[in-house]
Amino acid sequence: MAELFSENKIKVHVENMNFYYGAVQALFNINMDIAEKQVTAFIGPSGCGKSTFLRTLNRMNDIIDGTRLEGKVLIDGSDIYSPMTDVVGLRKKVGMIFQKSNPFPKSIFDNIAYGPRIHGVKDKNKLMEIVESCLIKSALWDEVKDRLDKSAMGLSGGQQQRLCIARALAINPDVVLMDEPASALDPKSTLKIEDLVNELKKDYTIIIVTHNMQQAGRVSDYTAFFYEGHLVEFGATGQIFTKPGQKQTEDYITGRFG
Amino acid sequence: MLHYWQREIENLKKLILSLGAIVEEQIQRSMLSLERRDTALADEVIARDREVDSLEILIEEECLKILALYQPVAKELRFVVAVLKMNNDLERMGDLASNIAKRARYLSKKEKLNLIIEFNDVSDKVQSMVKKSLDALVNTDVALAREVLAADDEVDMLTKQVLKKTINAIEKDPERTKEYFSVRSISKNLERIADSATNIAEDVVYLCSGEIIRHQSEDFNPDDSVEKT
Repeated sequence: MAELFSENKIKVHVENMNFYYGAVQALFNINMDIAEKQVTAFIGPSGCGKSTFLRTLNRMNDIIDGTRLEGKVLIDGSDIYSPMTDVVGLRKKVGMIFQKSNPFPKSIFDNIAYGPRIHGVKDKNKLMEIVESCLIKSALWDEVKDRLDKSAMGLSGGQQQRLCIARALAINPDVVLMDEPASALDPKSTLKIEDLVNELKKDYTIIIVTHNMQQAGRVSDYTAFFYEGHLVEFGATGQIFTKPGQKQTEDYITGRFG
Repeated sequence: MLHYWQREIENLKKLILSLGAIVEEQIQRSMLSLERRDTALADEVIARDREVDSLEILIEEECLKILALYQPVAKELRFVVAVLKMNNDLERMGDLASNIAKRARYLSKKEKLNLIIEFNDVSDKVQSMVKKSLDALVNTDVALAREVLAADDEVDMLTKQVLKKTINAIEKDPERTKEYFSVRSISKNLERIADSATNIAEDVVYLCSGEIIRHQSEDFNPDDSVEKT
């Protein structure tokens, strides 16, 4: 692992993780490090555990009854499953973007200002500054700068998704989790999101789950292949896509699965 | 703004051009070592071939990565495929330059042969072909690439003349046959460098127009064979 990340610091460290939905085990003994300010993609067939694993990284699974986790997840060296952990603080630090864009039925401005307001930012100018910088970062500013007071529901699907990214950035996270962020978008909007992911990694650690293997190839620096709850292979994306080490990985990425 | 994979392709272009620049210099210095009877220079050329080899491997890996990760299409696809092929040719040209340097080192230790002067013309021609083929790549200049194709015939002709003179020289001076074989070897290596430059020029034509122009010499014209039968 140290060799794989020669130049990058480790942001997330997962050790001997098992995860259960009630009696059903969904993840088996996962060990993995995720590099800081890089894009890591999780791929694998439906039900392989990649989204479950993603959600363990900001404790989103806590809201599902009967789930249980064994093992350790360290972010910046501290265990996010320790009883001392402030879960709200954790989710501020580890933001999330979902498959379907889910803007609030509010104005574009209020969507982005929502998080900072909750976290105590009252000053109008300060809020405007945050809204503008987040919209610029999410490559949406030019398209919406003249209608910040209009409802976010009037934006196109691709714009809504970029708005959700801007909203996630507004509370200044370190890590951004993306669960199929482009699967409901047309090719042009998908390309915008992919370009955006590539820009965002300058400032953020990005972890992206995708069904689209080509997308994993295009956007990520590291790729992890999951199958039936096991982490089958994890490596530099260039290596995974040109000479995977495991036959299962090869079969999956060449479309010969099953 | 460039999309992220276009930056990868720009980077690939830089790599292939830097390989081209090194190979150009290797050829030039190998011929210089022959002309100046400079064995130290010849040794440098031979040693530097390793650099060419490792850059070739790096470029091949980059091409494979781009194909696997970004699935380029149209002009970008042709570019990556053309680079993959040029890469082989440039590496081969590096080997040939290194071969010339080895022969030059050998000949520098022997009494000077007058026949060496005969190389001036063909050496200039070959180096100009290499330069033009790389310039054609940089500027995606089809007309320049076609100039390289035309020059190859001249190099072939000049090589034949050198061969004749070499045979004559061996007949007159059989004692030095071994040295004349080295002369022949240099001549052959130069001709092969020209062939590789021709391949690169053909790849440039393919890159620009999508047209594959290899194997279009008259010998293979299918219309001719229809008339003959």
